[in-house]
Amino acid sequence: MASIPHDAVHGGHGHDDQHDHHPTGIKRWLTTTNHKDIGSMYLWFSFTMFIVGGIMALIIRAELFQPGLQVVNPEFFNQMTSLHGLIMVFGAIMPAFVGFANWMLPLQLGAPDMAFARMNNWSFWLLPPAAILLVTSMFVPGGSVAAGWTMYPPLTVQQGIGMDLTIFAVHILGASSIMGSINIITTILNMRAPGMTLMKMPMFAWTWLITAFLLIATMPVLAGAVTMILTDRHFGTTFFNAAGGGDPVMYQHIFWFFGHPEVYIIALPAFGVVSQILPAFSRKPLFGYHSMVYATASIAILSFIVWAHHMYTTGMPLAGQMYFMFATMLIAVPTGVKVFNWLATMWRGSITLETPMLFCLGFLFLFTMGGFTGLVLSLTPVDIQLHDTYYVVAHFHYVMVAGALFSAFAAVYYWGPKWTGWMYDEKLGKIHFWWSLIAFNVTFFPQHFLGLAGMPRRIPDYNLQFADWNAVSSIGAFAFGTAQIFFLYIVIRMIAGKSGVRAPAKPWDGAEGLEWTVPSPAPYHTFETPPVVK
Amino acid sequence: MSASTHDTPGKYFVPQPSHWPLVGSAALLTLAFGAVGSMNSLSWGLPVLAVGFGILLVMLFGWFGAVVRESEGRLYGKNVDTSFRWSMSWFIFSEVMFFAAFFGALGYARLRSVPDLANGVTSMLWPDFAGTWPTAGPHLKEVFSPMGAWGIPAINTALLLTSGVTLTIAHHALIAGKRSKLITWLAATIALGVVFLGLQIYEYIHAYSALNLKLSTGIFGSTFFMLTGFHGFHVTVGAIMLAVILARSMRGHFDAQHHFAFEAAAWYWHFVDVVWLGLFVVVYML
Repeated sequence: MASIPHDAVHGGHGHDDQHDHHPTGIKRWLTTTNHKDIGSMYLWFSFTMFIVGGIMALIIRAELFQPGLQVVNPEFFNQMTSLHGLIMVFGAIMPAFVGFANWMLPLQLGAPDMAFARMNNWSFWLLPPAAILLVTSMFVPGGSVAAGWTMYPPLTVQQGIGMDLTIFAVHILGASSIMGSINIITTILNMRAPGMTLMKMPMFAWTWLITAFLLIATMPVLAGAVTMILTDRHFGTTFFNAAGGGDPVMYQHIFWFFGHPEVYIIALPAFGVVSQILPAFSRKPLFGYHSMVYATASIAILSFIVWAHHMYTTGMPLAGQMYFMFATMLIAVPTGVKVFNWLATMWRGSITLETPMLFCLGFLFLFTMGGFTGLVLSLTPVDIQLHDTYYVVAHFHYVMVAGALFSAFAAVYYWGPKWTGWMYDEKLGKIHFWWSLIAFNVTFFPQHFLGLAGMPRRIPDYNLQFADWNAVSSIGAFAFGTAQIFFLYIVIRMIAGKSGVRAPAKPWDGAEGLEWTVPSPAPYHTFETPPVVK
Repeated sequence: MSASTHDTPGKYFVPQPSHWPLVGSAALLTLAFGAVGSMNSLSWGLPVLAVGFGILLVMLFGWFGAVVRESEGRLYGKNVDTSFRWSMSWFIFSEVMFFAAFFGALGYARLRSVPDLANGVTSMLWPDFAGTWPTAGPHLKEVFSPMGAWGIPAINTALLLTSGVTLTIAHHALIAGKRSKLITWLAATIALGVVFLGLQIYEYIHAYSALNLKLSTGIFGSTFFMLTGFHGFHVTVGAIMLAVILARSMRGHFDAQHHFAFEAAAWYWHFVDVVWLGLFVVVYML
């Protein structure tokens, strides 16, 4: 035993980790360096923010239930659309997948923990301060950011103190994401069990490796963009002010250089989850593993060169529009490879339809639809008609909700037994799936019609002709929201062991990977001696 | 977990629970509120900012102190060393991307927004705007002179390039086990960095007083001061890193095999150096 004098950090306890002393109660969660603890905190934080962002969505839908202004005033409505976007993207979906990464990557790679366990804790504990800043911004004079989650100037340069709070929240979220990504990338590159070559890694690890790269490359750019807004607001710079030689459109270029890869930062880990679950319930290995890896990398690279397809209507030379249109359409190729591989994985498989598989199938159908509407929007002449209409809203909610969120649900049902040691109630899980699926489509499918008919987004009132489908959409939204409270109930029942069915080490007979070689629930410390992968 | 208590470092190192991350979060939250308050001229702004900064300093000393003790206690094996190398590389990459945003803004302003304001569809707004660089924009009507490249900036370039050489000499001295040579050349490197910063402060004063070049001097002032300012901030951070390494060297830390902290600080210093070369060409010369 080495003695480390004056070392406050180390308990310096014995070799048997089962008797390792660690703080209990609240202190355990505040100071933990355990990837499973941190993963759980990420997931609970994500769900909390999902509810907060969800309430904002329901306020939006309540206002839009009928034409005219009846529930909130327009300023508050704008704050709701902006905060809903920011909170769902940065507070709910991204932390959910970081939570899965924290829980599962060390288990999948055969590592004892993440590469930087203390920094891992900091990555998580930066999220609550960012959430505090965002929520506080609603209660200051002038209210929170009301210019949309994209925070375009000149509106954001003119707004009140709430915008400053939002800018610093974004900075802190960025710091959290960068540290988390460096941790994940280092864990994947350096902590794999002996014998696990890169091309033997589970797809979830592959997608996170590439996602982490995207985050490290783009988050600092977002930080730069909001810093320019901050200095334009307070220090007299003119980055986004034409009178001083700047250009508000420049912000859009910088923002979307971050913003488009951000779409794949959210989507790629979801692809990874689906690539784990479809083979498990088809009882066949993933079809075309290598092409999956290359397709993921291709999507990531292409995501850096298509950003201005978000800006067709804000002013661009014709040649630029042509380039961004064709480059964007190119993304359909690797994405098509992925969808083909998923279908081929199921082809002649011995398929059973447990809840994780149902959510994956829901993902497959609905995400592909969202991809197709994306292809429609990539066409410049069409986008000029549809830009900032509800068609766009429908499109990205098919990608974000039916894509990323459904795959997050699938992941909770698939890995939940490993975390809790108990099976969830299969019947309730299936009800959650069908309830979510139907409510989702009732909410968002009509928005395609609304958008094609010309209803603009981010406006609290609308023409009478849009009334019927808006009422339908609002009813669907409340049904979808309720379904997620039901989901919370299912998860709490699973944690409490109310299903009465203990989870075996490998509850899914088609599942593969090191995570199923450890008992359920996974012990506090796993793989202290790395397993050997043949 | 047990790896941390073996005589020889285990393959992995998993630290015990630590309160430093939480302290760091408290620091950033306080700093954020303090910054918002002081930027909006609220009376509590600056005090809160100062408190946040204080908490941050406590966290930095405490956390890095713990890491230094663990490193000197030889708790980090080869695997941890590789992890540090990966993480520092990716951190520097993230810094590169941060600067890329500001270089991109400069490029966009020079190649697109300023020419468009003079010749594009928006030229009708300010018909007498020539659109030549440098400019404070069509409406600000600021008269200023840009910073010439061949005075202080050229000297600063020489200083930073030289500091890269002195740092490498220090590194070789460390590998060769020549402690006093290491300390001398490391101190020389820091001195060059400090002189660089001093000259930059002089340059800024000159810009404000003699050239009428300010942060608010349109797009030229914005890009000039934000790019050189963020670079200067990074030089400051790099110099602090090197100063810590110097203090540790004087206490006998590091040996020929075991000195990644030195290398990490050196990588960072070289990164700052390369950014300056980009700045010198794009901001000062072109």
